[in-house]
Amino acid sequence: MLALLGPNGAGKTTAVRILATLLPADGGSARVAGLDVERQATELRSQIGLAGQYAAVDEHMTGAENLEMVGRLYHLPKGEPRRRAGELLERFDLTEAADRLVGTYSGGMRRRLDLAAALVARPPVLFLDEPTTGLDPRSRLDLWETIEAHVAEGTTVLLTTQYLDEADRLADSISVIDHGRVIAEGSSDELKDQVGGERLDVTLESKEEAEAAIAALAPIAAEPPAMSDGLLRMPVSRRRGAIADAVRRLNDAGVGIDDISLSRPTLDDAFLTLTGHAAEDVEDEREGER
Amino acid sequence: MNPSASFSDTLVLARRAVMRIVRAPDLLLAYTVQPIMFVLLFVYVLGGAIETPGFDYVDFLIPGILVQTLSFGGFATALGLAEDLKKGLVDRFRSLPMSRSAVLTGRTLADIATNSLSIAVMLTVGLIAGFSFDAPVADILLGLLLLLTFGYAFSWVFAFIGLASSSPEAAQSLGFIFLFPLSFISSAFVPVDSMPAVLQAFAEVNPFTIVVNAMRALFLGIPAGNDVWGAFAWSIGIAAVFATLAVRKYKRAVVR
Repeated sequence: MLALLGPNGAGKTTAVRILATLLPADGGSARVAGLDVERQATELRSQIGLAGQYAAVDEHMTGAENLEMVGRLYHLPKGEPRRRAGELLERFDLTEAADRLVGTYSGGMRRRLDLAAALVARPPVLFLDEPTTGLDPRSRLDLWETIEAHVAEGTTVLLTTQYLDEADRLADSISVIDHGRVIAEGSSDELKDQVGGERLDVTLESKEEAEAAIAALAPIAAEPPAMSDGLLRMPVSRRRGAIADAVRRLNDAGVGIDDISLSRPTLDDAFLTLTGHAAEDVEDEREGER
Repeated sequence: MNPSASFSDTLVLARRAVMRIVRAPDLLLAYTVQPIMFVLLFVYVLGGAIETPGFDYVDFLIPGILVQTLSFGGFATALGLAEDLKKGLVDRFRSLPMSRSAVLTGRTLADIATNSLSIAVMLTVGLIAGFSFDAPVADILLGLLLLLTFGYAFSWVFAFIGLASSSPEAAQSLGFIFLFPLSFISSAFVPVDSMPAVLQAFAEVNPFTIVVNAMRALFLGIPAGNDVWGAFAWSIGIAAVFATLAVRKYKRAVVR
């Protein structure tokens, strides 16, 4: 599974749309499952499944009817669409809701049905375009488990996401893209390593003591400490003794400590370093666009 | 794409469109109650004030109002397509190894079913209100075929509108803005020679007038001239042009 991770407007969805034969590329060429996306589009369509940002299922049909319709449109042999629909409904825990109109489904159920629809023809390549955007945490977790089960079965998956934890959890390999270009790629660990080593987080008892704290810790910081909202962050050059050292220095300077911890960088940090803005900014931008 | 696969795709999607109406029967009002309402309003409210030399108004009206109603019958196609675009279903369909035109041919085919229902309802109400056929059965049947053909042509106009507009609501009002004047500035409701000269000139070349005149010829037995052939030619021409435009638009359709 490859994840495309990037801020909004980075070109994630455009990339998926080109690869899923929905959009002609401005230039260059692309092959999916060995087939050229433009010249062999028709053959390619029977090899791919697409689950989109919108749960693309028909609200006026039941869950079972939706899947059967997709099966017929993939031209599965007679009887197979119905059999396959039953199988997928069961696997996606929708059997009880199978004969209910999709209009009555919850957001999580719709996404599961959407994912099931993408899998009807057992495509070797699956595109998941922001599959969990807008879902509650419980539904996200469920969907992740389902996706993981399918990757284990040998499906190649291209996932786009704006959630770092999603890429971190699901993907073998991550491409960070910004402004239509890949700016970094590798496994989650490799990306974190690019950002650097250990980091010390100190929560101060009082924000007023920030300057004193920065001055006290500067000698052991690998880079100048950054301070935001009472939380002081700084990379440290070595792990051993870093906390004891920091506590001693802050004590000597008379700075009160509420919490102190040492951590490896998160994918969040990698994202920040690579794109020049934090993941939260991405969310804000997205809101702004609406 | 082989023809039998295209045809089966079309049927799958026509079935979907029909099911939609069966599931949400309120949509059915547009095909039944609305036409009845129009027939009654025109016959009993406006009819008394409209002079139609040589005809009872109800006889004059029924062929005209049938043509107008049928031209609007495709609105469900515009609504449905605009909704499919908005919900991302068009993306799903376009990513499937199915016929490129089946989403459109399926919906327009389903319109034929609902249009047939509208014709039946309106003729029944018309007959009750005093309309009477005055033509051989073969002509009447040809008239019904013309109505369905004309309605089918406008389903393609609506398919194009549905794909070209920004939302289901916009699709609906666009359709009305476009079709209302076209259908009214014709011989459908009043004799053309009662209009001001400019409108008369437009009404005389308006395909609606040609189709309405053909329908009067086929239902009421008045001489047709070239109107019947003209009406079929216009219907087939409109269908061909708008089907081409709509399919081209569909192939490039993007989620909004």
